Amino acid sequence: MAADEFIVRIENVVKDFGTLRVLNGVGFNVARGQTVAIVGRSGSGKSTLLRCIAGLETVQGGRIEVCGHEVGRPGSAARAQLRRDVGMVFQSYNLFPHLTVERNITLALTLVKKESKADAGKRAADVLRMVGLTDKITAYPEQLSGGQQQRVAIARSLALQPQVMLFDEVTSALDPELTTEVLGVMEDLAERGMTMVSVTHEMGFARRVADLVVFMHQGKVWESGPTDELFANPQTAEFKQFIGSEL
Amino acid sequence: MIQLNANHLLYLLEAARWTLLLSLLAFVGGAIVGLPLALMRTSKIRLLRVVSSGYIQLIQGTPLLVLLFLSYFGLGILGYKLIPLVAAAVSLTLYAAAFLGEIWRGCIEAVPRTQWEASDCLGLNRAQQYIYVILPQAVRIATPPTVGFMVQIVKNTSLASVIGFVELARAGQIVNNSTFEPFLIFSAVAAMYFVLCYPLSIAARTLERKTHGG
Repeated sequence: MAADEFIVRIENVVKDFGTLRVLNGVGFNVARGQTVAIVGRSGSGKSTLLRCIAGLETVQGGRIEVCGHEVGRPGSAARAQLRRDVGMVFQSYNLFPHLTVERNITLALTLVKKESKADAGKRAADVLRMVGLTDKITAYPEQLSGGQQQRVAIARSLALQPQVMLFDEVTSALDPELTTEVLGVMEDLAERGMTMVSVTHEMGFARRVADLVVFMHQGKVWESGPTDELFANPQTAEFKQFIGSEL
Repeated sequence: MIQLNANHLLYLLEAARWTLLLSLLAFVGGAIVGLPLALMRTSKIRLLRVVSSGYIQLIQGTPLLVLLFLSYFGLGILGYKLIPLVAAAVSLTLYAAAFLGEIWRGCIEAVPRTQWEASDCLGLNRAQQYIYVILPQAVRIATPPTVGFMVQIVKNTSLASVIGFVELARAGQIVNNSTFEPFLIFSAVAAMYFVLCYPLSIAARTLERKTHGG
């Protein structure tokens, strides 16, 4: 695979919170259309890494490049471009509680992409169909279940047609049944060829859907590789123990 | 001594209208100055934060009475003779702005940080984040304490009597001076303040219940 086919390039990233080094030289690449699962214990730095990719945190060292733009350095032009290319879905959904489902989705379309109300509305209907929530278009977030809210959040990101979607433990706040419906939507996306980077505790999902698994430990990529190989033949004791405790 | 009569009551009612007007001026002025203060307090720019918090601390640490003296007698000596209504409106505006600015800062900061992050990730710029995401939610949080503060303003307008502005409290004094029925007169004055404030208190309580109910 040629190097320029990598849509996300992460090189030797270092991130400190005060005196605490959370990421200590992290690096890996994501090719277009790939689904990557970042797994690891709590505190291993995996969510922080995702937030760095999303441009929500600045890094102290190394490089993160998304669609050819450098992330993690101040500068609004690069930031605006990043926002166009990257969609982010959060553990706590973060829908706007004072807006309807439709307005949650169309807000950025009309404000940022300057689409007409009619076009934005059409797009909202399209993405809601994709996540199976066409009938909730006029509802407010508080009237939806957690799983439905998360699906709206995914739809909201999708509407902006990002090149890469980032998922930060998006099912951690959901019960098993609702988890299934959200993972179903994500599997769907992966099949459609969306490039996805997902921090997850759902090892079943990682095994089934991810092309690449990155196991993080102590702020480093401890082990990574194609999913089947990695699970069939774990190299490090930590990863062996990790998947042993998960399954 | 003059017998208390219906004209006295009318006089008090008329004065109550001035109390109402002064309250409105103070609230509108306070809101116009207070909102920028709240935004400055939550700004990313340090200078704006320092200036606004300095203003708020200065005013909150000064008695309203002193502000009234300064704007009426103080400015008068300097050659800017304000009529009592204007001097009182200016003082109350400065005073209300400091408190509303601080109340609203708290409300803006009470909107979860994740709402900033989510709207940031959707590409909204800072002004759009404020207008479409943060402030609408902050308004919901702000309504009960804001209405509560309006009650304080209505009552504090009575201090304007010290610079000769004839509002409800001053009118009560004037009527009492000619009739000497203090208990009756000041009971009537208190009742009128109550009539002005009680609907606000009720509104605050209703809104509080609504907000908590989500």
